Amino acid sequence: MQKKNWKAWLYLLPAIAFLSVFMVYPLIDVFVYSFEEGYNSASQTFWGTGLYNYSYVLHDPYFLQAVKNTFILVIITVPVSTGLALLISLGLNSIRRLRDFFQTVFFLPYVTNTLAVGMVFMILFKKTPYSDGLINLLIQFFGGQSVDFIDGPYWAKILVMCIYTVWVVMPFKILILTSALASVPQDYYNAARVDGTPPLRIFTRITLPMIAPMVFYLVITGFIGAFKAYSDEVAIFGTNLNAAGMNTIVGYVYDMLYGDSGGYPSYASAAALILFAIVLTITVINLMIGRKSTQF
Amino acid sequence: MKVVLDHLTKRFPSRSKKGGDVIAVNDFTFEIPDGQLIGLLGPSGCGKSTTLNLICGLETPTEGRIFFGEDDVTHLPPENRGVGLVFQNYALYPHMTVLQNILFPLQNLKGEARPSKEDMRRRAEEAARLVQIDMLLDRRPAELSGGQQQRVAIARALVKTPRVLLLDEPLSNLDARLRLQTREEIRRIQRETGVTTIFVTHDQEEAMSISDLIIVMKDGFVHQIGKPQTVYDEPCNLFVATFLGTPQINLFEGRVENGKLYIGQDAVLKVDCADREKLTVGVRPEGFVLQEDGPLCCALQAVEVMGRDHSVVSTHPAAVSTTIRSIIPSEETPQVKSGSVRFRLKPFKTYLFDAGTGERIPFSAV
Repeated sequence: MQKKNWKAWLYLLPAIAFLSVFMVYPLIDVFVYSFEEGYNSASQTFWGTGLYNYSYVLHDPYFLQAVKNTFILVIITVPVSTGLALLISLGLNSIRRLRDFFQTVFFLPYVTNTLAVGMVFMILFKKTPYSDGLINLLIQFFGGQSVDFIDGPYWAKILVMCIYTVWVVMPFKILILTSALASVPQDYYNAARVDGTPPLRIFTRITLPMIAPMVFYLVITGFIGAFKAYSDEVAIFGTNLNAAGMNTIVGYVYDMLYGDSGGYPSYASAAALILFAIVLTITVINLMIGRKSTQF
Repeated sequence: MKVVLDHLTKRFPSRSKKGGDVIAVNDFTFEIPDGQLIGLLGPSGCGKSTTLNLICGLETPTEGRIFFGEDDVTHLPPENRGVGLVFQNYALYPHMTVLQNILFPLQNLKGEARPSKEDMRRRAEEAARLVQIDMLLDRRPAELSGGQQQRVAIARALVKTPRVLLLDEPLSNLDARLRLQTREEIRRIQRETGVTTIFVTHDQEEAMSISDLIIVMKDGFVHQIGKPQTVYDEPCNLFVATFLGTPQINLFEGRVENGKLYIGQDAVLKVDCADREKLTVGVRPEGFVLQEDGPLCCALQAVEVMGRDHSVVSTHPAAVSTTIRSIIPSEETPQVKSGSVRFRLKPFKTYLFDAGTGERIPFSAV
């Protein structure tokens, strides 16, 4: 065993080299930066070490806004997108005709450029001198007051953000869930039919437990993905997310590094590590729940 | 509960637009007596599984009717027929324990029929005890051996006290030793419960060993129905004769001339049927008797030792297959390793079939 070990390491070498240079080293560096107070990237100097960066970030109203936005996004979009995707997959699974067609349609957002989708949402929601946007036209048609979704009240902006995110993340979930549903052996359903199981009970007692591992996988990756949201916000609200009040944690990190108010790698590192801690906690909780209910 | 199949036919529409319908079951009429164990036997694709699905209601017949006792169940959905079905791969729910699996059919019952919680538990335990898995109730299917899973599946099918128990290839997922054990187990459970049981198999040995009656099917048609020994001894046609029995029946090209049955140049038997230019002669492996001056002369190839018997492999110019195989008690085995051997044929192990249709031609030796 010992003799052959060097060979294994040799095979692993290319991956290890790349990962250490581009993943491990930056991670350690971020960790170090986050404790270096007043670090200046140009002169490579800092005053001292301590928790000041964390304290600054946690007291920064922009960061707190970003945390709030991110959490709202996560809490709304993950369950809604997973639930909707499950409904659509069940629908797709129970039709014969046009199934391939609908599957393609539902998968289209996945292969569409984020910014192009952003443009479509602009047309739907943005007020311009010429039009109030398609949605507002609809609201007016039904006798409602038009709302400025892009520059208007906070709830309207969050709403657009959530709809957008749900729409973007759904195709992948539908893809995974339709294949998970299709892989449940027909015999289970036949057995249930012979035993006279009502449809709802078939779903809750057979279908759902059988696809539970996939649902949990989607929830976990959904949480992680939603916590990392950034580009979608830019696509809709533009680059100055702080001004729009729609920043996310990743957006805050980016702004701290490169934005107009940027140039603070220490603050950015501290914020990034706070995000890491949040994601880690949530994922561990998810895994603990998941392990309990998908074990067989 | 007797099961009556009345002109049962199932046609599946063809996949391609040109081809006609596929007839899976063709005009199946039979009355299965109450409390019997029936083996539905045939090669794969013969329609036996479709027949089973028709009886349990997963498929609806194109024509014909099905009765359980006096009830016409042809158009009843499966849950109202009172059938228990055991699937080939058992279809146990992997996320439920053995007990939950067995309870599942009971928990589906509604209204009056729904037993109380204690009652369900009692019935589930009773079913588990019947198939001898009552010590495994808290395990999950993945923690059970194939044979144990099989028993759980049978318990789940029996817990509702079905009128008819259906088993779809119940033994094909088990290894050889377990198969032998389990088929006796199925026999015992069937005897104890007295439930009319129909099981599908492609393994003739399996069907013959435990069934009260076997039904031999091919291409949607029922070829022969009868007691296993009767079907083996009196096959109605060439297909049934070749399908039953291991080693397979030996086939020769033969003819009848002047009251003598010829295999090639050898006049093997005196028979009482009319002369025929061409027919197929089938001889069961146990139908050969070694005899110094026997009429059938074969070239010896090998002697395979099987313990109690020896299997003598030889060739004959008129044989349909390349070798012919005869089972000879070990003390009578020839001592030579090559050369020619001569056999006498037992008339009641020798069958004549029409060379074209494969229908059996009755004869008696004189």
